[in-house]
Order: sequence, then C-alpha cells, then structure tokens
Amino acid sequence: MVPIAYYLVLSAILFSIGVAAFLIKRNIITVFMSIELMLNAVNLTFVAFAHQWHRVSGQIFVFFVMVVAAAEAAVGLAIIIAIFRTRHTLDVDQVDLMKL
Amino acid sequence: MTSSLHLWLIPLVPFAGFLVNGLLGRRFPKALVTAVALIATLIPFLQVANIALHYSSLTLPYTERVATWIAAGGFHADFAFAFDQLTLIMLLVVTGVGFLIHIYSAGYMAEEEGYWLFFAYLNLFMFFMLTLVLAENFLLMFVGWEGVGLASYLLIGFYFAKDSAAKAGKKAFVVNRIGDFGFLLAMFLLIAHFGTLSFSEVFSQVAQHPEWQGGFLTAIALFLVLGATGKSAQIPLYVWLPDAMEGPTPVSALIHAATMVTAGVYMVARTHSIFDRSPFALSTVGIIGAATAFFAATIGLVQTDIKRVLAYSTVSQLGYMFMACGVTAYSAGIFHLLTHAFFKALLFLAAGSVIHALSGEQDMRVMGGLRKKIPITFWTMTAAVLAITGAPGFAGFFSKDEILYQDFLSPHGGKIIWLVGLITVGLTAFYMFRLWYLTFFGESRAPKVAHDDHSHGHSHGAHESPWIMLVPLIILAILSLIGGWVGVPSALGGHNEIQHFLSPAIGAPQEAAEGSRSLELLLAAVSVAVGAIGWFFAHLLYFAKPELPAQLAAKVRGLYSLLLNKYWVDEFYGAIVVTPLLLVSRYVLKGLFDTGVITGGGLAAGYATQGLGSLVQRVQSGNIRSYAGWLALGAAALLLLTYFGFGTHLLFR
Repeated sequence: MVPIAYYLVLSAILFSIGVAAFLIKRNIITVFMSIELMLNAVNLTFVAFAHQWHRVSGQIFVFFVMVVAAAEAAVGLAIIIAIFRTRHTLDVDQVDLMKL
Repeated sequence: MTSSLHLWLIPLVPFAGFLVNGLLGRRFPKALVTAVALIATLIPFLQVANIALHYSSLTLPYTERVATWIAAGGFHADFAFAFDQLTLIMLLVVTGVGFLIHIYSAGYMAEEEGYWLFFAYLNLFMFFMLTLVLAENFLLMFVGWEGVGLASYLLIGFYFAKDSAAKAGKKAFVVNRIGDFGFLLAMFLLIAHFGTLSFSEVFSQVAQHPEWQGGFLTAIALFLVLGATGKSAQIPLYVWLPDAMEGPTPVSALIHAATMVTAGVYMVARTHSIFDRSPFALSTVGIIGAATAFFAATIGLVQTDIKRVLAYSTVSQLGYMFMACGVTAYSAGIFHLLTHAFFKALLFLAAGSVIHALSGEQDMRVMGGLRKKIPITFWTMTAAVLAITGAPGFAGFFSKDEILYQDFLSPHGGKIIWLVGLITVGLTAFYMFRLWYLTFFGESRAPKVAHDDHSHGHSHGAHESPWIMLVPLIILAILSLIGGWVGVPSALGGHNEIQHFLSPAIGAPQEAAEGSRSLELLLAAVSVAVGAIGWFFAHLLYFAKPELPAQLAAKVRGLYSLLLNKYWVDEFYGAIVVTPLLLVSRYVLKGLFDTGVITGGGLAAGYATQGLGSLVQRVQSGNIRSYAGWLALGAAALLLLTYFGFGTHLLFR
C-alpha cells in the first residue's frame, strides 16, 4: 500500500505549482487553469484521507468541489470571452481598470 | 409672625432693568433708557424703605427660601435670602445711594456714547450687589461677590477704546480673582467642617461649640480676609482701586467708594461669629486695616489727579473699617461704612461735577479758583470734606471717633493701631483740604490756551452742572451732615442708636469701663486737634503760601518721589509677580508646553502616521496578483508556524 505521505507530497507539489503559475502567468486562461490545478490538488488530499480513514465524506466533498469548479469554469470562461471581446487581450496586467 | 417680605423682588427688579436696557436699549430714546434704569432702582429703594418703616413689626432675623439651587447628598445650597439689622443698613445704603447716583449719572453721562449700555451695567451691578447683601448662604453671596466684580470690570473699562481704561478693568478683575480664590478656599473649608454653607446653620454650629477656638476657624477666617482684601482694596491687594478711576466718575462713586468696596467689611461683619473665635485672624484684620489706612493716606498726600486722591482716600477709609472689625467693633465698622458711603459718594460726585465743569480736566494743578464759578458744587464738596476729616458734628466725626475709641479700649489691638489711626486722621485732613484748596481757591491755573478735550462736548469756561446732578449732591451733603447723628455716643449725650440697633445681628463691643466718658471725650478732642493740625498745614501750604509746596518737595525729593510713585508698589508687583508670570507663560507654558508638547505632539502623531502610511501603502498596489502573492506568502508562513509549532499556543489557543 502506498503511504499517505506520498499522496500528500504530490498534492502539495501540485498546489504549489498552481500557486506559482497563478502568480507568475499573465495569460488569463493559464491563470484560470492554475486555479483548477489548485482545486484538484486539494481534491487529491480529500480522496487520500478518505481512503486512509475509510470515510466516505471526503469523497463526497470532492464531488462538491468538482461541481463548484464546473460552475466556476462556465462563469469564468464566459467572463474571459467577454474580456477578450472588449479589450482584445488576455493579458491580466492589461485588465487593471480597478487599480488605484 | 412676619408676613412675607418678598425679598427676592429687591435684586430681581434691577435685573429686569438690566435685561430691558441691555437687550432693547440701543433702540430706545435716551429718556426711556433713563426711565427704565431709574425705576428699576427706585422700586427696590421704596421696598426697602417700606420694610424699614415697618421695622418694629418684624421678627428678625427673617429668612426667605425661594428655591433649591444645588442639592447633592446631604449638602444643599438654596436661593435663600436673609434679612436682619445689618442687611437693612446695607440695603438702605446700596439702594439709597445707588438711586441718587443713578439720577446723577443721567446728567453726567448725558452726552456719552453707549448711554443705554452704561445704565444696563449699573442696573446689573445693583442686581449683584443686592444679591450679595441679601444672600443667606456663602455660595449665593459668592455669586453676588463675583457679579459685582464683573460689573465693576465692565464699568471700569467703559471707555474701552482708551487703552488705560481697558487695562485698568483687566487689572481690577485679575487682582480681585486672587481674593476670590481665598473666598473659595474658605467655602471649601466650611463645607468640609460644617457640611453646609448656610449662614444660620454655620453660625449656630459655631455657637454650640464654645470649645472651638482658633484652629480651622482661623484658617477659614484668614481665607475670608484674603477675599475681603481683594474686594475692599486692602493691602496687599489694593492696587486695582486707584487704577479703577479710569471708569466714569459715577461708577467710581457707586462701586469704588460707596457700595462694592465695602463688601469686604460687610462680609467680615456678617461672619463675625467665626472671627470672634480667632484672635489671630482679628489681629490680622486690624493690622491690615491700620497699615492700609496709613499707607494709602500717605500716597494720597501728593497725588495730583483729583480722582486718584479720592481713590487713595477710599482705600484709607476702608482701612478704618477694617481697624474697627479687627477689635470686634463691627457696629463701628458698619457705622463708618454708612457715613463713608454718604460722604465719599458725595466727594466723587462733586469731583465729577468739577471735572464736568472743566470739560474733563482731572489734574488739580490746573484747577483753582472754582469757588465762585460752581458754588453749589463747592458747598456740597465742603460738607463732604468736613465729614471725612471728622469735623465735629459731621458724619465722619462720630463714626471715626467711635472706631478710634474702640481701638483704644481694645485689648486685642492695643494702642498702636489707635495711634496709627490718629496719625491718619491728620493725614486725611491734610490731603482733603489740599484737594479743597487746590480746586476751589486761589487763581485759576488753567492754561490760557483752551485745551481741546471735548469729552463732554461743552464750550470752554467753567460752568455749574445741571440740576439733575446737583440735587443728588445736595441730598448727599445733607446726609453727610446728619448721617452721623444715628450714632452719637453717650459721652456726647446721645445713645449710640446704631450700635444698639445692630447688636442683635452682629453683637456689641465689650462695654466700656466706668468713667470712660471722659476718656472718650478726650480721645475725640485729640483726634479733632490732629485733624485741625492737618488742616492747618494744608492751609499754610496751599492757601497762604502756595509757593511753599514746590520748595518743600524739592527739599525732601526722595520722600516726595517715593510717595508720588506710590512706593513703587505697582512696579514691585510687576517685577516679582507679573513679569515672572508672563515670562513663565510665554516661554514655559506657551513656548515649551503649548508649542512643544501639545502642538508638537499633535504634529508628531500626524507625521508618524503619515510616514508609516507611506511605508505600508506600497502593499496596497491595487494589483490582484500582488495581493494573491501576499496571501500565498501569509498562508505559507502560517503553515510553517503550525508545522514547526513555535508560538502556536499563542496563535491558536
């Protein structure tokens, strides 16, 4: 049996990659994907712990996360399309009208 | 049973007059302003006169509680008025002389700016003075006490466009505050020891405890004396009164001669139960009185401004009243207060008439020869001069001799106070007759070139005052003549009615020993003789040989300039009190504390916040990704903290 630590380390690596990408990347779609990556890294820990403790609640939580992620993707992609149509760019640094 | 006397009306009517004239007077014609002010003073006078006429049917002392003012726990102070023999005398003086001076003012101030304001202030003064006299407790008395100070300040500074008048007003107010501070401390001690400020309760408690001698009663009495020296212009706080002569002359007569300045004497007489228990405080009063009487009289010898001579004379005469109080002869003090109110008010009003006649000139060196030009003023002034110098038969003779006699008898004061008082009689006679000769006799010394002082707007050349000013003078002259007859001592075949009259309220001095009638007569004769010597020198120097004073002044130049400069007391106070105070205020309080600590502290707080803000404002870039970065950094830091466990017990308890 694979020890739980392996899952957690993998999850942490994935999450960190997601955070780093979120901070570094300028393309909105990439930023969006990195958010998804972080969500899935968390999902992995949920599943790992659910398996470890033989609890089903962790797995059910993953479903909820997926549902939310799907809804978020739908809304988020719509926003991205709207931004592209009005601003003709996908660079987040160009979309800073709200900045001081 | 006495029916209600409605004492509350007495102070309230002048207050109504003040409100009417003060709020609406600007638009009133002068006649209406005059009518309001005079009626507002006449009504209290009539009421007091009515009470006096029904005196025999009264049960005294009478008190009247109008309303509760302050009630806190067991302590309460009321709007309560008291009436006894002492109050009656004071009320008659204040309303009677006050009314006469109101009439006079209508003539004297007729052509002044702010006529309505002047009468509003005068009525305000009457309100506070009557409150002071009628109050049944220390606190209400203090209200009047402060109020007359305020009215005095407003009226001294009436010609506020003149710098010296504005300064004199301020000086009077500030110096009086020092005395008021003493009064306040006395009240705190009274509350601490008696739990009440009511006169009747305090005095009955004192009466119930004959074992209380000195101690805290001395402390209370001394603080009261400090208050009295401020209001009654005694050493060391007399300096404001001569400067107060900057005010209009009727004000000098009403406030700075007849009524307000006697408040200190009244207060000592009123609280005599406390003073009786403290020989130390009594001797203090006596010594202050004697020193002030002598000191002020010597300054008065050489002053050249007619009103200043009278001001120092007032200080000196108030000293006599204190001398009387100092040997528990309160009734003699009040008697002198009464006669002094008549003749000193008359002196000031007559001086005002002289000043009026000379279109604002106050310097006696340029007067002279006015006897024929203003005869009525001359004759009334003569009556006043005779009264103050103690010419036999006149008012001052009886009251002053009573004081000197009581001082001579008293074991407290001893003969020294009497001797000082006696010398002062001579000095008084000298400076009063000096004033009299300089003003009315000889040739006119006015410069031939008509000086352009138009403060009264009259044409040049001396002229008699209008009748509205002369009638009060004549009435006061009559009172100066007969006013002393209420206190003719038994040695002269009288019954000293005023002493018997006052004795229920303020006690009588110890009975004179057997065979003292001849002593009293002897003392009276001595003081008249001393007064005559004073007159003789004045006659010699200022009538017979008018060139002599200048030679004499040159001979004793040091002494002369010492007196002329008023012993440099103002300069002395300036050097040891005022200048250090100003320097400390300017450099320590303002420079160091205000600018440095308060302003500087505020600025420092502002700059510190600004600097801190400019440091951390970089964080608020508005860039979402930098926020996310900070968020991730924070999360990582928290993670590390929890992982390595240091401080966790503090963070996540």
